[in-house]
Amino acid sequence: MTNFNRFEAFELDVLKEVGNIGAGNAATALSTLLNKPVDMSVPSVRLLPFEQVAERVGGSEQTVIAVFLRVEGDVPGNMFFIMQKHYALQLMSQLLPGEHVMDGTYTELEMSMLCEIGNILAGSYLSSLADFTKLQLHPSVPVVAHDMAGAILSYGIMQYGEMGDSALLIETSFLEDCKSLEGHFFLIPDPNSFEKIFRALGVGLE
Amino acid sequence: MISEKLIKVAMADLNIASNGEVLKTTGLGSCVGLTLFDPAKRIAGMAHVMLPSSSIARETPLNVAKYADTAIPELIERMVALGASIRAMQAKMAGGAQMFTLPGQTDSLRIGPRNVESCLMKLEQYNIPLLSQDTGGNFGRTIEFSSNDGILTIRSVQHGIKEI
Repeated sequence: MTNFNRFEAFELDVLKEVGNIGAGNAATALSTLLNKPVDMSVPSVRLLPFEQVAERVGGSEQTVIAVFLRVEGDVPGNMFFIMQKHYALQLMSQLLPGEHVMDGTYTELEMSMLCEIGNILAGSYLSSLADFTKLQLHPSVPVVAHDMAGAILSYGIMQYGEMGDSALLIETSFLEDCKSLEGHFFLIPDPNSFEKIFRALGVGLE
Repeated sequence: MISEKLIKVAMADLNIASNGEVLKTTGLGSCVGLTLFDPAKRIAGMAHVMLPSSSIARETPLNVAKYADTAIPELIERMVALGASIRAMQAKMAGGAQMFTLPGQTDSLRIGPRNVESCLMKLEQYNIPLLSQDTGGNFGRTIEFSSNDGILTIRSVQHGIKEI
């Protein structure tokens, strides 16, 4: 079993590169959708205590829109695309100009649109990662939820529960136009997936 | 509820309260928020249980608050140490949702329902009655439990606020 507390600096760099490759392509996809430049943050790779995981998107109780894909194949894991509610509204009003988008509840059409956007972005994240690493990644159909960040993200870190009180997350955020739009990608590889990721990127683990 | 002292219970954590203090835990998904209350002594306890059984634990030291089968005995012990009586205790619980359902999902991913089942089994062992529960579904919950009256307040995004 890999010991997460003892990842070397270069191993963390490898995982950051994973976030970079994936989110870089996803940001390009979003930029094409919006017809606007989209900036991406430097990926962060951290072993976070459970309690702090949801802080990344505004805290455990923060209402967010999340698109979830379960990834099977060579490196099983969980993939989330998460936006805070007001950014999701922003995104919809930019994609559906002229439509009156209400705060609060979402229609089925709006949820399905957000799900599809998340699917396009997460899909381009995963496919560029698969191309680069030659790993087989099979994402599930996407599922969308409008709920508390803590409840959503805890689903993705369950597998870490039996090993300790923290989980390893590869996070990349994108920003558009001075923070008028912000979204977060979280790739949470299953604890057993790290060896394969390292090997695929040319870092030998004996 | 605003003037009362709030005691936060984190994920995979537990705590006790008395003198009108309020226990709170946020963002319960498949986790279960289990509460115990001694109405005569007004001593309350809450555990944010993440996994059904400590038999799968590979961690050292063991975080007893994380697993249903170890959190409940620990919670009882701490409440008894404060003066509560196990025979007077009443339980309530919320959470245990299935946040996402994917086609072809295996049973091992049904963590929410399994957390609920495991808590029920443990309560039965101690003969603690379950007064009410708000479990299951596919949505998150934030809960507050008052040591003043043993009322469990549940908030969710889709269904607003309810008390049990």
